[in-house]
Amino acid sequence: MELTLAILITVVGASTPILIAALGELVVERSGVLNLGVEGMMLVGAIAGFVVQFHTGNPYLALLCGAAAGLVSSLIFGFLTLSLSANQTATGLALTIFGTGFSALAGSSYSARPVALMQPLFPADLATHPIARAVFGYSFPVYFSFIMVGVIWYFLHKTRAGLILRAVGDNDQSAHSIGYSVVLVRYFAVMFGGAMAGLAGACFPLLLTPQWAERMTAGRGWIAVALVVFASWKPFRLLGGAYLFGLVMTTELYAKAGGGPLSAVPSELWAALPYIATVVVLVLISRRRDASTNAPACLGKPFLPAN
Amino acid sequence: MTLSRRTFVKVGGAAMALPFLGSRAFAQLEKIKIGFIYVGSINDNGYNYAHNQGRLYVEEQLGDKVETIFVENVPEGPDCERVLRELAQQGCQLIFATSFGFGDSVVKVAAQFPDIAFEHATGYMSGPNIGLYNARFYEGRAVCGTIAGHMSKTGKAGYIGSFPIPEVVMGINALALSGRRINPDFTVKPVYISTWNDPAKEADAARAMIDQGIDIVAQHTDGPAALQVAAERGIVGGFGQGADMSAFAPDTQLTAIIDHWGPRYVASAEAVLAGTWTPGNTWEGLKEDVVQMGPYGAKVPEDVRAAADEVKNGQIDGSFHIFTGPIKDNTGTERVAAGVVMTDAELLSMDWYVEGVEQPA
Repeated sequence: MELTLAILITVVGASTPILIAALGELVVERSGVLNLGVEGMMLVGAIAGFVVQFHTGNPYLALLCGAAAGLVSSLIFGFLTLSLSANQTATGLALTIFGTGFSALAGSSYSARPVALMQPLFPADLATHPIARAVFGYSFPVYFSFIMVGVIWYFLHKTRAGLILRAVGDNDQSAHSIGYSVVLVRYFAVMFGGAMAGLAGACFPLLLTPQWAERMTAGRGWIAVALVVFASWKPFRLLGGAYLFGLVMTTELYAKAGGGPLSAVPSELWAALPYIATVVVLVLISRRRDASTNAPACLGKPFLPAN
Repeated sequence: MTLSRRTFVKVGGAAMALPFLGSRAFAQLEKIKIGFIYVGSINDNGYNYAHNQGRLYVEEQLGDKVETIFVENVPEGPDCERVLRELAQQGCQLIFATSFGFGDSVVKVAAQFPDIAFEHATGYMSGPNIGLYNARFYEGRAVCGTIAGHMSKTGKAGYIGSFPIPEVVMGINALALSGRRINPDFTVKPVYISTWNDPAKEADAARAMIDQGIDIVAQHTDGPAALQVAAERGIVGGFGQGADMSAFAPDTQLTAIIDHWGPRYVASAEAVLAGTWTPGNTWEGLKEDVVQMGPYGAKVPEDVRAAADEVKNGQIDGSFHIFTGPIKDNTGTERVAAGVVMTDAELLSMDWYVEGVEQPA
């Protein structure tokens, strides 16, 4: 029981940044834009969050600045793909490469400098019992990620703005012809995605390892991108997917450390499991001939107004 | 243009080298240019940081007589070849390739530039102008293991490894052997994470092991993440790897293994300056000051410090070697007979775990 709760706490830590980044990307993709720069924006958010935490010791300000830095970096992507109609795939990859390099440059004088971890949101007396700790023992971003799942679901499916966003993603020409600004809507979506990726990146120095290390997100931005497809662009499936990915990543380590039958599975296979799961889900979805894959119809296509 | 220039350099270089073939004599020089290539970032607080400190040490010691250039984050593969060639064409007389995986590229490029001295760290392929150098990190592990054997309450240490290569296996075994000299029930649990640099994964691996009963953590990856988790969880302690990491966990780092390449680099640079450089094959450790131990943490009691010092000094004066038989492997088979010391060749190809190490997947 104790061990199960301990595993749960580690799983939550591993899943939270992936979930936050993937939620942002989900909104971006629902507007018809494919931003493959999540990893880069996360790194920019991570270094911004680290620097602010290092100098001010205020983790909330650090998260905010991480989000702001992610947002600013997403504007580069937005300008190139939305204003100049550049190829989204290539621009997204470029943003990841840029974010990796920029964060390394900005962080070069911050090696060998630890920071303080973000404290749990609720007072410590609430989390003395192990079960209570598994519920109340986390810091702000964990609860934020859960709330955002509901908020984004509500926004997409129950609000007018969400409907417009989905319309832009599914049929940009129609949305344009009835008077909505496709580019403006997509700008907002891209900026939101950037802020979420930046915040997710800031979780690394604030929640997981209180230090700056180059490329410290180590590919989790790509997992977030895969996760959006895995979840077939649905927020609640995304929640399940993020925790499944987090569980796989964490179980590997507990199994290896604890011995037992699972420890015989090679680590390369563990590392591949989330992606194998994504492929399996894609195959399953595409076999259902009656329904579409739920992918936004205009995903990845630059918007060029017909008139 | 580039091609013809490269061909010219190649042909010219070969022609110039002809009279010296077999003797490998280099001219005495006033000033030399030295190139370094690193596989990672110089800010990794660990392996690559330590190599770069070695470069700075050369500049500090030899002053005007040297000029150094470095290229970091060089991937192992074709890119490395290109970088090596560029360094050669920029006029470097001595080039240090500081990662195991650069080996093939060094062999290729060195053949094209026979009048340049190449040195390859932790490798095994030498040549007429390729020297090899390595450090006996396992000696540091033996000091760490002595401390762990004394201080662990659960008698269990966790060890985060990158990949199961001999270098890492040797370190795990040295920790287990030295810990078991103190506490015969001491065990080491290795977990391989298939990466040199993923701080979040290193931290999670440390959490997974701590949740399952270890109270000492050691790591053979590039950063201090595991040490920070050890501090956060308040276990007995951990060790710095590659560099002194006490800044990250002042009360938790019991000591650190510090890579100190500086003296090695100065020796090679001086040999090239004097025209006496020959390709060597060195494997140096505590004695030559290429491996250093960090300061003991405040938690380490006097008697443990004394025991650790004894192991350290024994390795410096040559009276103690951690891989001295009898050594059994973790299936109970005797691998090294009583009184026999394992040879360097055996150590460099070690692919089995000693008694007390849990067999990893």
